[in-house]
Amino acid sequence: MRVELQNIRKHFGEVRANDDISLIFEPGKIYGLLGENGAGKSTLMKILSGFQKPDGGKIILDGKARRFDSPADALAAGVGMLYQEPLDMPPFLVLENYLLGQRRGFAVNARQAAKDLRELGKKYGFDIQPEEHIRDLSLGERQQLELLRLLAGGAQLLILDEPTTGISTEQKVLLFDSMRKLAKDEGKTLILVSHKLDEVQDLCSQVFVLRKGKLVGEAKLPCPNELLVNLMFEKLPPRRERASREQKQVALELKDAVVATPRLELQPLNLTVYAGEVFGLAGLEGSGQEILLKACAGLLPIRSGSMQLGHQPLDQLDYHAARAGGISYMAAGRVEEGLVAGLTLTEHMALVDQEAGFFVDWAGSRARTKERVQHFQVVGTSESTVEQLSGGNQQRFLFAMLPSSLKLILLEHPTRGLDIRSTDWIWQQLDERRKDGTAILFISADLDEVVERSDRIAVFSGGRMSRVVDAAKTNAEELGHLIGGEQ
Amino acid sequence: MDNGQLIAVLASILLQASPLIIAVCGETLTERAGIVNLSLDGTMLLSAMTGFVAAHLTDNLMLGFAAGAAVGAFFALIVAFSSIQLKQSQVATGFVLTLLGDSLSAFLGQEYTRLPGPSVPHFAIPILKDIPILGPIIFNQDGLVYFAILLIFATSWWLFRSRPGLELRSAGERPEAAFARGVNVRRLRYLYTVIGGALVGIAGAAYSLDVKIGWSEGHTRGLGWIALAIVIFGGWSPVRGAIGALLFGATKAAATVLQRAFPEVSVVAFNALPWLLMIGVLLLVSNKIVGRLLVNAPPALKRPLQRMLQVAPPAALGTELKNE
Ligand SMILES: Nc1ncnc2c1ncn2[C@@H]1O[C@H](COP(=O)(O)OP(=O)(O)OP(=O)(O)O)[C@@H](O)[C@H]1O
Ligand SMILES: [Mg+2]
Repeated sequence: MRVELQNIRKHFGEVRANDDISLIFEPGKIYGLLGENGAGKSTLMKILSGFQKPDGGKIILDGKARRFDSPADALAAGVGMLYQEPLDMPPFLVLENYLLGQRRGFAVNARQAAKDLRELGKKYGFDIQPEEHIRDLSLGERQQLELLRLLAGGAQLLILDEPTTGISTEQKVLLFDSMRKLAKDEGKTLILVSHKLDEVQDLCSQVFVLRKGKLVGEAKLPCPNELLVNLMFEKLPPRRERASREQKQVALELKDAVVATPRLELQPLNLTVYAGEVFGLAGLEGSGQEILLKACAGLLPIRSGSMQLGHQPLDQLDYHAARAGGISYMAAGRVEEGLVAGLTLTEHMALVDQEAGFFVDWAGSRARTKERVQHFQVVGTSESTVEQLSGGNQQRFLFAMLPSSLKLILLEHPTRGLDIRSTDWIWQQLDERRKDGTAILFISADLDEVVERSDRIAVFSGGRMSRVVDAAKTNAEELGHLIGGEQ
Repeated sequence: MDNGQLIAVLASILLQASPLIIAVCGETLTERAGIVNLSLDGTMLLSAMTGFVAAHLTDNLMLGFAAGAAVGAFFALIVAFSSIQLKQSQVATGFVLTLLGDSLSAFLGQEYTRLPGPSVPHFAIPILKDIPILGPIIFNQDGLVYFAILLIFATSWWLFRSRPGLELRSAGERPEAAFARGVNVRRLRYLYTVIGGALVGIAGAAYSLDVKIGWSEGHTRGLGWIALAIVIFGGWSPVRGAIGALLFGATKAAATVLQRAFPEVSVVAFNALPWLLMIGVLLLVSNKIVGRLLVNAPPALKRPLQRMLQVAPPAALGTELKNE
């Protein structure tokens, strides 16, 4: 299907998310859509897939102008979109989730549908269990289901918005293979929105670049990465070399600590993190690294063994004690766990104010918010609600809310969904904090990031922590082996 | 107590529980679609009164039930309209309607207290009524009981086996995703709120025309709250809800028996029995405790047990559809 966008415009108050964008997508090709955080990529794709209505402009499919009232409308016309967070039904069974929205028959023929679904999955190399609950699946599996659902619904144009954040390497390979197959064998048009240039180079034959709501360039791939970076950012500050760690003071020490959730029990943990150190944790999602982080944050009890912060034992740690002790935790789910939907930035700032009494010092909070918003380069105002921020800006704002003096920062996927510039910037902020002796313990699914940013690294696999490796003496490949369970 | 007496007690528990079952099925439908109709207590009072008066004046039983259903549907429509169109809080609207229904029924029903009217006739189902034990308990009843029993299975099938039921549940779990799949969330919420309300109205009329024949002020007061509690207790499933309603009836019957056996204990203590039981069971099936109990369960049993015992309310219960 040939897709043409003409002069698409969409404004949110002052913000011009899409400013007169015109584009053409030809059938049988995979396109990349690039741009910094808040450039307007998701907005444009939501308009194309019927989830938002444009303020102006036209969508033309195979020469016919179309208007979509809903995503279902768009899918009926052949446009399907995979959202950053899959739009599925967590409490449903896989099969029910697949059936929802299909218009055929009154009673559900579960057996036949399950068979169809399995076969459809097989065709694209996905292993589907129709009787499982969606909430028990990994993000990658949920994504595969959404993809199948869109294909079954007749999608000719498939949009994938940052599909590789939060999925495993195998799932990524699988996804890319099926994307290639769809374009080449079935003549479908695919659009990949991503911040990872390597992926885009690998998969796409052409890219479009957005900046501040405008189309600022396009390129045939492969081409040098620098060219793309220059298109995306007006100017990129040079990367600063990070100082190496000197302190040998212990920040966090775990001895034979046992932590468990109903799903997974960790092998007894022995771990020392030094003040000013960046300690990276790698592993497939759900291998236990998240549990360790939660235990350090006081969100899960330590069943036996001991934990110390500095020289202070923390056996009966709860979240509030952890906060008071100088531990800060940033969860992966920004809007679910870190931010309160519906509250403005100022209100957030007032919430985290540690000296807060009964009365809120609104003027002070607002001033502080304005100052932090500027310092942390959040695109938004002190009166924006958090869901009005783009994903990258939500992350920046979370950093802006961190208290100023801390002993330990626990981070889950600190740069997930961030563009290169923001990623660099976040790590610079963290580096600054290391100078004051703050230790940083973080999880990332991006092995390159783990190797590049950590001093030392441990890998989790099936609830076991590997030996600790020195980041300077390892590489992503070795970590890959450790993730696979090798010792 | 001999067998005959026991059967009579069980049959009476079933009859007493039938209106509750009907109300619970109705409210379950509504809440599964994402709307909480909190006005049940007021709705049931007003429809009990209206149903009785309509039947009394026209001498037509069916008209009585129809009037009750209409009152229930109307109150539910107010809840739906104010939450979907006016974006008002469902809780607030529900409370106001509860109070309104209560006072209105007292006021409008003044002239009609303690009057005779038609009542649902007894109707034993041939052949089935002769099944040993079950026959006299289940099939030697009246039309209302049969309706309640059919309703349990019909709503259950509708919710969990039919395509419209899938759409209904999706609206209550994640309306944005449902909308993206082409489900008309608003229309569907209107529909099931009104249907649920009509069923609650029928339940109200069932009291004044069958279970507690006649009308007097506060005739069904408290029963609406009980129905709401049982919906939660039943984990938003009609079958479990019906079991809850029966259990509630059974403990009430047991309380009466116990009271006779221990006349020195205060009546109030026995009246609290059903509630204590309900709280106990709710605690028992709370996710934390079930999780702990299941840690050591064999893996093969874990999943189905978890599925059966752990329930969560519809995730979007009481919230609006947000799009654009
Ligand atoms: N519902 C909304 N209300 C107000 N502003 C919005 C809304 N949605 C998006 N915006 C603003 O529009 C701009 C573009 O957002 P968009 O989500 O399209 O960016 P993006 O390119 O996808 O960024 P990211 O890479 O961070 O996902 C941002 O400045 C964002 O704050
Ligand atoms: Mg985006």
